[in-house]
Amino acid sequence: MSRYDRAITVFSPDGHLFQVEYAQEAVKKGSTAVGVRGKDIVVLGVEKKSVAQLQEERTVRKICTIDDHVCMAFAGLTADARVIVNKARIECQSHRLTVEDPVTVEYITRYIATVKQRYTQSNGRRPFGLSALIVGFDDDGSPHLYQTDPSGTYHAWKANAIGRSAKTVREFLEENYNADIATNDVETVKLTIKALLEVVQSGSKSMEIAVMRRNHPLQVNFSAEVEKVVAEIEKQKEEEAEKKQKKMKKSS
Amino acid sequence: MALAAICKSNFSSKSSLFGLPSNKEVFEQESEDCFAIPTAPQAAAYLSHLNNPESNVHIKFHHGTTTLAFKFNHGVVVATDSRATAGSYIASQTVKKVIEINPYLLGTMAGGAADCSFWERVLAKQCRVYELRNKERISVAAASKVLANMVYNYKGMGLSMGTMICGWDKRGPGLYYVDSDGQRLNGSMFAVGSGATYAYGVMDAGYAEDMSVKDALELGKRAIYHATHRDAYSGGYVNLYHMKETGWEHISWTDVKDLHYAYKNEKK
Repeated sequence: MSRYDRAITVFSPDGHLFQVEYAQEAVKKGSTAVGVRGKDIVVLGVEKKSVAQLQEERTVRKICTIDDHVCMAFAGLTADARVIVNKARIECQSHRLTVEDPVTVEYITRYIATVKQRYTQSNGRRPFGLSALIVGFDDDGSPHLYQTDPSGTYHAWKANAIGRSAKTVREFLEENYNADIATNDVETVKLTIKALLEVVQSGSKSMEIAVMRRNHPLQVNFSAEVEKVVAEIEKQKEEEAEKKQKKMKKSS
Repeated sequence: MALAAICKSNFSSKSSLFGLPSNKEVFEQESEDCFAIPTAPQAAAYLSHLNNPESNVHIKFHHGTTTLAFKFNHGVVVATDSRATAGSYIASQTVKKVIEINPYLLGTMAGGAADCSFWERVLAKQCRVYELRNKERISVAAASKVLANMVYNYKGMGLSMGTMICGWDKRGPGLYYVDSDGQRLNGSMFAVGSGATYAYGVMDAGYAEDMSVKDALELGKRAIYHATHRDAYSGGYVNLYHMKETGWEHISWTDVKDLHYAYKNEKK
């Protein structure tokens, strides 16, 4: 098996591209990112890994704006992400120049996916070790959330998670996402935070939430505001737990 | 591009595969739609003797034409004559100077006939590829920009093309003037060619944004007729199109001679 993972352009006998699969493993080690698409709002949430005492917090940016109306979060190798984000930013402006229109979210996702695929099919290069969640609004106002992975495929999602414990978060989203939440901006943000709380260890301090509304630039909410919402969520959880206890007391 | 590297020129920065916009991702480059540019450090200067009227090898193109297009509330009217001249010789009276790029985009031909028809066919191909990739029609702004970028790569090398790209996209009726000097203009009314000044006079006199379709078509036809009447290099037939929301419609192909007598009788 190991004979087939040296050069990326080689298939294994059973049809695997091992380098791509190893890249996907690298993604699974990265910190979690969650994206939820509402009707008038798109939300990205990322787990912030704790920084060393002397490190300045703000230099670690996991949510990046690609253009006024598109932004992305990623899970995986930060350095690879920087290259992708750079290329995507240039492509957005290039598109504006040649087509005289801002990119659609699908277009820029397709571009990023094409770049990633190219690196899975050329000699001497390794694939990008990151998955990206790309959110934004098209010119016609429709919200979108796309996910790309190291193999160069992309899909549209209503809500998704990538990185560490992505499966757990995705299951939570599957159970709790519904069309009603999507129509309410506040509920959409709450859902994102709740989903992240499933896997994040120390609560609101290690989360970064970014919100984009139609025709508005990206708004990154820092710990203070996130804490407020988390406190609300905790309060709700306590109230529900109390109710359950009361019920149990009654039935016993 | 070893030769370019040796000559230490920035030749390759204009376009790595000649002829198509250097933005590779928006419009992928393929070698069939381009011409080989001479591999000299300054290709335009090298080719300038072909454009210089005093030189021994000056290439004389079929020039002389009147084409016009104007926007109004119900779309775009496109009208052209149909005469091709080589010096004082009338080469043809039945040239189709409106090029149907696709069912909702039209291009007109003024200048070199071969240049216009070739590049507009390449444009048609690029528009179709755009449509397939992006699952929506290309906008008139983007289509005209593709054409302008394509010919800009050959600026100074003797292309002669003055075209109007007309269409209807989600922003409404669109009209752009693109020429081989790299000019690209958005506007509501253009006339291109040796008879343009005569056409402008008639168009400006009768134009109103809220004209009816009938009046607008008549104005276009009349403007071409008057240009053919006074300009020696325009004549033949008036080719008339109407660009609507549902695409273009070919209205008429009228002999200028018949229009002459019709208008003469009107005055009586």
